[in-house]
Amino acid sequence: MPEMTYRDALNMALQEEMRRDPTVVTWGEDVALYEGAFKVTRGLLAEFGEERVKDTPISENTIVGVAVGAAMGGLRPVAELMTVNFALLAMDQIVNHMTKARYMFGGQTFLPMVIRMPGGGGSQLGAQHSQSLETFFMHCPGVHIVYPSTPADAKGLLKSAIRDNNPVIFLEHELLYNSKGEVPEDPEFLVPIGRAEVKRPGEQITIVAYARMTVLALQAAEELAKEGVSCEVLDLRSLAPLDEASILASVRKTGRAVVVEECWRTCGLGAEISSRIFENCFDTLKAPVRRVSGLDVPMPYSRKIEKLCIPQKESIVEAVKAVMQGSY
Amino acid sequence: METKLRLVMVDQKLLKLYEQMFLAREFEERCAEQYTKGHITGFLHLYSGQEAVAVGATAALHRDDYILSAYREHAQAIVRGAEPKRVMAELFGKATGICKGKGGSMHLFDPALNFMGGYAIVGGQFPISLGLAFAARFRGEDRITACFFGDGAVNQGTFHESLNWARLWELPVLFVCENNFYGIGTEVHRSSALASIHRRTCGYDIPSEKVDGMDVIAVYKAIRHAAEKVRETGLPYFIEATTYRFRGHSMSDPGKYRSTAEHELWKSRDPIPNYARQLLDEGIADRAALDAIEVRCKALVEEAVTFAEESPWPEDGEVYNDIYV
Repeated sequence: MPEMTYRDALNMALQEEMRRDPTVVTWGEDVALYEGAFKVTRGLLAEFGEERVKDTPISENTIVGVAVGAAMGGLRPVAELMTVNFALLAMDQIVNHMTKARYMFGGQTFLPMVIRMPGGGGSQLGAQHSQSLETFFMHCPGVHIVYPSTPADAKGLLKSAIRDNNPVIFLEHELLYNSKGEVPEDPEFLVPIGRAEVKRPGEQITIVAYARMTVLALQAAEELAKEGVSCEVLDLRSLAPLDEASILASVRKTGRAVVVEECWRTCGLGAEISSRIFENCFDTLKAPVRRVSGLDVPMPYSRKIEKLCIPQKESIVEAVKAVMQGSY
Repeated sequence: METKLRLVMVDQKLLKLYEQMFLAREFEERCAEQYTKGHITGFLHLYSGQEAVAVGATAALHRDDYILSAYREHAQAIVRGAEPKRVMAELFGKATGICKGKGGSMHLFDPALNFMGGYAIVGGQFPISLGLAFAARFRGEDRITACFFGDGAVNQGTFHESLNWARLWELPVLFVCENNFYGIGTEVHRSSALASIHRRTCGYDIPSEKVDGMDVIAVYKAIRHAAEKVRETGLPYFIEATTYRFRGHSMSDPGKYRSTAEHELWKSRDPIPNYARQLLDEGIADRAALDAIEVRCKALVEEAVTFAEESPWPEDGEVYNDIYV
């Protein structure tokens, strides 16, 4: 299996799916001639031409809305929003239209569309370009949300998202684009939406994470193993549908859990997952669930204090130790 | 109304326009009655007064053309071919409704009729129209997309984003602004720096025209010409139809912001009796023929009300259906 970057794995998924299905089209700001702000769409214009790979004006709400209409009209659009922060300009089309059309029209249409959006913090981009908005989308029924942590998952999930007949929000972590991993070359390699994966099996505590938080959780688990703590790292991969069964199965086995989220703590997905664990596994829990979260502050620019706002390997290690000691 | 009607279309079609306008008015007025009785709830925006726009425009479009509209769209759907009884059942929230009772008054939809939705976020239908137009062109389908909206929508970001985009991508979209001069209670001069709406498209290099939206034949001719242009060039076109709603914005609005004089002036321009007079004057129908049409429309709407009343409510389990495929 060849090793490649998360970026190239995404690019490969787009290329394969566009070759496979002539109704797959993609558009967004700078995706065609410029080949994407993060170069995920590299080579697509050259191979597929102007009608399938399109530059758009800086009009995020319309980027999404045109995809809604095109999906209704029989295409499989993959819209790119340059970063998740700009999705806030498109929330009307995302929430009021994309997630509602099928339901409010009595099931008479479906929207096979994907919105790709890079997100996450840690690059010193300041308050308006460093947000983790996954929970904003999770709050709303009517959309699937995926957020891969590895190049292989990035490829397999994007291909599944493009083939899915539901709207899918596809989040990509900006700090993972250059990360490398083995990626199957098989053009039929798919990762199912809605299934979490145990990225490291363990016995004493479950660390629930996603995207870049999975990478940090694995580093923390490695360090903790040296101290004799056996951690199971569960990578959610899909945030909606949430694979509750896998979360509960792992926690029932280990009896302890830490949930790691890059987003803000208040009303974050960590709160949702913790609540589901408490509601379903209270009898098997040996200690209260803990959350490791982004701080509830706008992201500062300065390197020194930006770090405080994003979960780090050390904060995960600390949280695991606290749960192991039963302290709260 | 100088055009001789028979120069525009054959008698049967001329009478069809009358029937559709009368049906739309009758439907809306019975909706008002059913709302007062508590059978229709939620928001209810009635189209009375604006019939010439939907009827004239729909007659000028092809069956394959997509139509999208806002939330004052009962008439648009019915004129396009939706059964009045299924629309009424939708308004009653019944399982037999056009959207199974899940959409309501503001979200009518029927893909078999290429009626691609009523949208209740002002300006929400603009980008969706573009997407449908793009998909149709991409798939080599011979159809244009007609996007209806009110004067209130022209100050939304999506209006400007979509006009620019439609011209840039060269999309076959016909924009139809139904300017009834009020966004709820705010008159167009109080919301738009340039109140002559069709002139706003010059910034996007889209040709536009204004038409008397109280004259069904004028609307028909303007839309037919515009639609031909869109088909010929593949480029967007813009029509502003000036019209008036005889009722408030919705059933909860008594419409006190409009003067009696203004209201009376527009009532004198009511498209239905005026068109009836034209049909009579030109000998296309006699009073008995028009009476027969009116009786037929009333019976159809009566049947719709009965059907809606007698239809079952949605099953509880239906609440979870149709969220995902």
